[in-house]
Amino acid sequence: MSQPSSNILADVINKYEAELTNDWKRTLTQVSVGTGLESELAQLCTQFLPLFSRAVQRAAQENINSTEWDEARNLLAEFSRLRARQGFTPTQTAMFIFSLKQPLFSLFRREFATQPAELADATWLSNTLLDQLGLFTVEVFQQSRDQIISRQQQELLELSTPVVKLWQNILALPLIGTLDSSRTQVVMESLLQKIIETGAAIAIIDITGVPTVDTLVAQHLLKTVAAARLMGADCIISGIRPQIAQTIVHLGVDLEDVITKATLADAFVVALQRTGATLSPTLKA
Amino acid sequence: MEKIPILRIGKVLLVTIQVDMHDRLALALQEDLSERIVRDEANGVIIDISALDIVDSFIGRVLSNTAAVARILDAETIVVGMQPAVAITLVELGLNLTGVKTALNVELGMAMLSRRLRS
Repeated sequence: MSQPSSNILADVINKYEAELTNDWKRTLTQVSVGTGLESELAQLCTQFLPLFSRAVQRAAQENINSTEWDEARNLLAEFSRLRARQGFTPTQTAMFIFSLKQPLFSLFRREFATQPAELADATWLSNTLLDQLGLFTVEVFQQSRDQIISRQQQELLELSTPVVKLWQNILALPLIGTLDSSRTQVVMESLLQKIIETGAAIAIIDITGVPTVDTLVAQHLLKTVAAARLMGADCIISGIRPQIAQTIVHLGVDLEDVITKATLADAFVVALQRTGATLSPTLKA
Repeated sequence: MEKIPILRIGKVLLVTIQVDMHDRLALALQEDLSERIVRDEANGVIIDISALDIVDSFIGRVLSNTAAVARILDAETIVVGMQPAVAITLVELGLNLTGVKTALNVELGMAMLSRRLRS
């Protein structure tokens, strides 16, 4: 695209800035009815248009990644990130830019009524730029969503591996959710650390909350048991559901060396016996 | 050449490893230990590795072998005080040290041995 057409575009925007801003705000209000953010959007329109026209005027190519577009891009990026955090859809985010097209094009039609060549040029240029900007907002939106997801994953990881002390020298590790390599690593480390801290002789790994056990998960469990044994603590695996027991046998996983119990209560009784404690019912008078 | 001291407490030999284990040192320990078991008529060995941050596959195998040798000489070997990181590494390497007894610390290891000797 030649320099003149971008100049024409910038001139038109500057000339009719107030009118264009108002039209844009009106279009935005129509597409974003019910979001309750009209005033915020209106303010953003007023900020964005001058940046847009300045960038159009200064940038040599129709590429929004050049430095001339920095200001406009930063404003949009901030807006998109905010939208992602507030839980809006990508469409709602991108509509902000795309809704500028209609008022801008009708302005062109009026301005270049007798100059079809300029009309086509200006329309094409602004269309290309606005498409790029719209896609840019979606991209930033997606990125911030990904960040949110990975942060939540991290939080879940920290939350989901508590090691609790049941009794003197007895630890329990209630596992909830699917076990993958990174999670098992965290589980293993926190269990071993806790064994050192408390000097526990027995650890009960309860897998009632683990939905499926495949070869990988079984492998991870066996590794945890082996590592605990190397440190001098015994492990009991409890809470194995009937289906999971069948799966384990079908997969040919060897749990021969590990004590397994159906429920946490059974495992606890065994652990108490191992540590030399006994439970007896008290008769009430 | 540096040597790892072997202490005798009753019928039990106590080895505390407080330097970085390199391969030659590990082999020397294995030899010393088997000689001492015979000389002192020991029937229990405690190897304390709580100060070791690194145990590679070779050291792991030497520990395993030492335990096997001791068993042939009628002495029970207990490895005590393994660090969590070391335990994880050994498991990842596929070295489960089967046949080696373990305990959390020297005290528990002693208790384990004396239980075994009494029975």
